[in-house]
Amino acid sequence: MSGMALTELKPGMSARLGRQARDWVPALVVFVLAIAVWQGAIAAFHIQQFLLPKPSAIVRSCWDQRHTLWPAGWYTFKEALGGFAIGSIAGMAAATVISRFRTLGSALMPLAVAANAIPIIAFAPILNNWFNPLSPSSKIAMAAVLCFLPVMVNTLRGLQSASPRQIELMRSYAASGFTIWRHVRVPTALPFVFTSLKVASVLAMIAAIVGEYFGGSYDALGVLIRSKAQILDFETAWAGILVASVLGIALYLAVAVAERLVVRWAPETRDS
Amino acid sequence: MSDRQGNVVEVTGVTKTFPRGNVQALENIDLSLRPGEFVSLIGPSGCGKSTLLRIIGDLIEPSSGSVVVNGKSARQARNDRDYGIVFQDAVLFDWRTVSKNISLPLELLGWDRAKRKQRIDEMLQLVELQGFGDHHPWQLSGGMQQRVSIARALAFEPALLLMDEPFGALDEMTRERLNLELLSIWQQLGSTVVFVTHSISEAVFLSTRVVVMSPRPGRIAGIVDIDLPYPRTVETREAPRYFELVTEVRELLRSRGAHLLPEEEAALHE
Amino acid sequence: MSHAATATLPGKRAYGRQAATGATRALSVVAVVATLVGFYELYRWIWSSTGWTYPFVVDDTSMPHVWVILHALWQPAQVNQPALGTILFHKSLFTAKEAAVGFALGAAVGFAIGIVLAHSRLLVRGFLPYIVASQTIPILAIAPMVVVWVNPKLPPSLQGWGSVAVIAAYLTFFPVAINTLRGLQSADPHALDLMRTYAAGRWTVLWKVRVPASMPFVFSALRIAATASVVGAIIGELPSGLQSGLGGAILNFNQYYSIEPQELWATNIVAALLGIVFFLAVVGAEKAIVRRAPENTA
Repeated sequence: MSGMALTELKPGMSARLGRQARDWVPALVVFVLAIAVWQGAIAAFHIQQFLLPKPSAIVRSCWDQRHTLWPAGWYTFKEALGGFAIGSIAGMAAATVISRFRTLGSALMPLAVAANAIPIIAFAPILNNWFNPLSPSSKIAMAAVLCFLPVMVNTLRGLQSASPRQIELMRSYAASGFTIWRHVRVPTALPFVFTSLKVASVLAMIAAIVGEYFGGSYDALGVLIRSKAQILDFETAWAGILVASVLGIALYLAVAVAERLVVRWAPETRDS
Repeated sequence: MSDRQGNVVEVTGVTKTFPRGNVQALENIDLSLRPGEFVSLIGPSGCGKSTLLRIIGDLIEPSSGSVVVNGKSARQARNDRDYGIVFQDAVLFDWRTVSKNISLPLELLGWDRAKRKQRIDEMLQLVELQGFGDHHPWQLSGGMQQRVSIARALAFEPALLLMDEPFGALDEMTRERLNLELLSIWQQLGSTVVFVTHSISEAVFLSTRVVVMSPRPGRIAGIVDIDLPYPRTVETREAPRYFELVTEVRELLRSRGAHLLPEEEAALHE
Repeated sequence: MSHAATATLPGKRAYGRQAATGATRALSVVAVVATLVGFYELYRWIWSSTGWTYPFVVDDTSMPHVWVILHALWQPAQVNQPALGTILFHKSLFTAKEAAVGFALGAAVGFAIGIVLAHSRLLVRGFLPYIVASQTIPILAIAPMVVVWVNPKLPPSLQGWGSVAVIAAYLTFFPVAINTLRGLQSADPHALDLMRTYAAGRWTVLWKVRVPASMPFVFSALRIAATASVVGAIIGELPSGLQSGLGGAILNFNQYYSIEPQELWATNIVAALLGIVFFLAVVGAEKAIVRRAPENTA
């Protein structure tokens, strides 16, 4: 079936895929070199294994412990995903409401930007006290709170960034407010929204793990990493860190792919 | 559809003062446009030509005076979508293809898909962009984007076409070519055109009448009837009568706008 | 959207206008804070009257009254100790020190990385994915290792908080690197052509054209980095066992939460203020350096 699919590709498309594959070669090279250097340096300089085990040891631990690591990762990932979804949707909804009232929007914007400076992560222990520390709810709440502001601020900025000419054009069509919103403001806002979603995706996973630091179920990855570190099983701890990182990247990539599909016109995602 | 006197646009005693900075953009403007006319508004910056265009299109409200379009108030004409507008930059939507950009007003009017497709094809042919329907705006040159913008403005066949320096951002050769295309479209459709421009030669070449405006406050300094025959071609630009008319317009600009600043005069070019 | 007028020195009327905007800004802050406090107390009142337990139980422990929290700042946390507010103030200074050093270090490193990457598309394609990926590594998990590794390498006066500064730098370098890169790449091609006609060398082009072009981007990143450095400092303190900072205070008061919940809330308020102060400091520095209104800021 894949053979058939390949022949169906337009000539331009396969050239584009080829170009995209080639774009990744330098990163691959760096990756391979880095692993090699890492592995060699630890052996050569006798860096304490507990700080930074050899990549081979980490991978082996990943494999050996896969029955605990990956379910734990999935558990934490679900917390992050849930918080990401809730926070992003709430942020977009809030921005939509605020954008209806222009004075409110321009008054709130600088305040929201300043509010983004609050280390809301310090709120994690209080969330853990609100919800049962062993339940995922507090972590989902933490991730949601962390994702809310960046998504709201950027969505609002995007909704406000339609050019006056475009609005004049729509008014010449006697278009209603809702029509203008639907046909102009929303498409203009989409690139902004996706940029903030990418940021939020990374924050969500980190929020979940910080939340777990203050108390979480033993099924959770953050708790697992911490407990392994405490018993000096650093290889597994690093394996857990690797899993957390991979999952964070996965979420980011998922958003990036969605961006590429939805926002095909922005300069960053254009074909030519 | 026009009022008792048969005029498409009837501007009476229109004044516009912008509250910010107390700028009097227009003072006591009277203007009548007959159906099928091609009227240019020309003048230095600050003479209010773009403001007047927008008042006709009900995008700006006059401080006083009345505007009657197609026998109705400007507001009603806008609600009935009696005109199409073209701006200096194409104002196309990057997230739509060329075809979908052209079909935007048709979608808002509730046309069904088949009817839209037919009209889009007609429009693409009219502006000679057949085959570019699936392209995106950023893949087109400036001149092509403007042609899409014109196609969109004409898509629902309005009686009136308002154009605000549509070719101002283009180079001379593209401009001259688009002038010819615009004239051909105008003669095919028989619409009335109000055309704002900085260029004396463009105004004289395209129009049936040239309305010369002067700034501070914006007033009509004079109107020049262009009696050059249609269809106008490249040869028209070399006819002696053409040069006479260009000179007449220029003299009008200079004399009535005796208080033109040097840079304003420089902005008015051949 | 900058107008020519704002590039010149503001006249008397402009100062008056700025003062009016400042007053409006201050009023809107007060209004928003008052609204939030109002919502908090309203929520608390509704939930405690009806006894709803979803999403969580509301009582004096989970949601202390706002005035209780504020009052706690004036009270000593323990017998014969200065007021909580004073203690938290000193702890925030300690955390601020870590955040500031981390900020400086991270910004410098990020800026350098941005400059290096801007010169080679190959380097960008090779390293950028990892720079982005670096932020997905949960620093909270790595923090203990960083502490153990960095501490011995530091002179005694820097030990302890120095490693936290490194962790803060880890969160700070990323936005600065990314935005420096974008900013350097945003230089006007015409200006670059002009430099080429002067046969200007790479360094000259860099410092005379690219870096000035990158300034708006860099400052925008520094605003984000200010917050990131405070967050990094607080998170870094958690596993390091340092008592002298806000992170330590959070851990401490978390243990007493069921008895004295308002102390943890008060700590949160102080941490919030610290973040905002850092942010405003960067905004102020930007205004002072650039001397025209930066885009889209408070």
